[in-house]
Amino acid sequence: MSATHSVEAIKKHNKLYLAIFAALLVGTVVTVLLRSVHFPAFWITVAVALFVATIKATLVACFFMHLISEKKAIYAMLAATVFFFAAMMYIMIWARDQVPKGSEYTSDKHIPYPAASGGAY
Amino acid sequence: MEIPFVAKARPDTGLYNAKVGIWLFLASEVMLFGALFSAYILLRVGADPGTWPQGLLNVPIGTMNTAVLITSSVTVVLGWSALKLGDFRTYRKYQAVTILCALTFLVVKCLVEYPEKFKHYEVWKKDGTRMTGHVEGNPLFLTEAKMAKANMASIKFTPDHHFYFAAAPAHGAAAADAHPPAVEIKREEIKRLSAFTPAHSTYFGVYFTLTALHGLHVLAGALVIAYIWGPGARMWKTDPEQYMNRVEVSGLFWHFVDLVWIFLFPVFYLL
Repeated sequence: MSATHSVEAIKKHNKLYLAIFAALLVGTVVTVLLRSVHFPAFWITVAVALFVATIKATLVACFFMHLISEKKAIYAMLAATVFFFAAMMYIMIWARDQVPKGSEYTSDKHIPYPAASGGAY
Repeated sequence: MEIPFVAKARPDTGLYNAKVGIWLFLASEVMLFGALFSAYILLRVGADPGTWPQGLLNVPIGTMNTAVLITSSVTVVLGWSALKLGDFRTYRKYQAVTILCALTFLVVKCLVEYPEKFKHYEVWKKDGTRMTGHVEGNPLFLTEAKMAKANMASIKFTPDHHFYFAAAPAHGAAAADAHPPAVEIKREEIKRLSAFTPAHSTYFGVYFTLTALHGLHVLAGALVIAYIWGPGARMWKTDPEQYMNRVEVSGLFWHFVDLVWIFLFPVFYLL
């Protein structure tokens, strides 16, 4: 934000900050409530959760960090960051089938819990 | 030699030195957290179905900590705004709330959430049975090796009412809320005993790495903000413009810390 902003403009911005604050709290509640919604596939759950998180992060970055009205040099730096971040994520997706499967402690006899095992351990 | 553009912005870019510096630093932080985050996603996607621990974190506490960080973010920006208006006292009040929020977050994380995990156990029995729960006496970091060293013949184990691999109990099921009775487990029956530490599983390894790294950022940010708020506030009288720049730069870092948590919270606590 420019140092030349007027008193009125700053006071107006304060109201906006409080509105963003309320939106972030609502977003947090929505994220928690989404937990009880059972989507047909796990990837949909992940996508919805990350979508809400991205909206919240965008609000923080744009308004609290003032990226909505920043200088071009900052945008150039961030463009480079986005490029390398996207490249890293692409490598991750590209390598997703190269993860060792299975683990030593995965049991064949899954969870003979009280309800399933009649109370015997 | 006087360093140029410490307080005044450079005419061609419109930026002062510290602002360029903090954004470059934040860019490197995006890559640091991004690398760990992508590692987490890769491991999560690669996990065998039904083997990834879920629902083991305290969601109400995590939600409260999220609200605390969001509150601290808004007080940072309102404090900076007050300073722009020349209202130093209001700025100090807002930043005091920010520092309190940071301390609250750290106290909850270090004194409530982490210790809760270090006293919560999973036991793998040699017959293939697995269960999570609490060991009588609530010991910290007990393992089967430590049991052998201490000559413990058995443990009294109170299982949780729900195991993370099992399907979630139906809502409203009365039996689901009741803990199964405590059982005696002999040492020779135990294949592995682990608290929810980084050694427990890949999930907790990544959880502790990322949340502890984030916690260190909270601590560092709080120390910087507290310095500027306290002893560093003398600069407000000698060079108010540079002081405001310092507040802005520390605020940018603080918002980034909040931003990281916005992603960590749903990924670890809710998915």
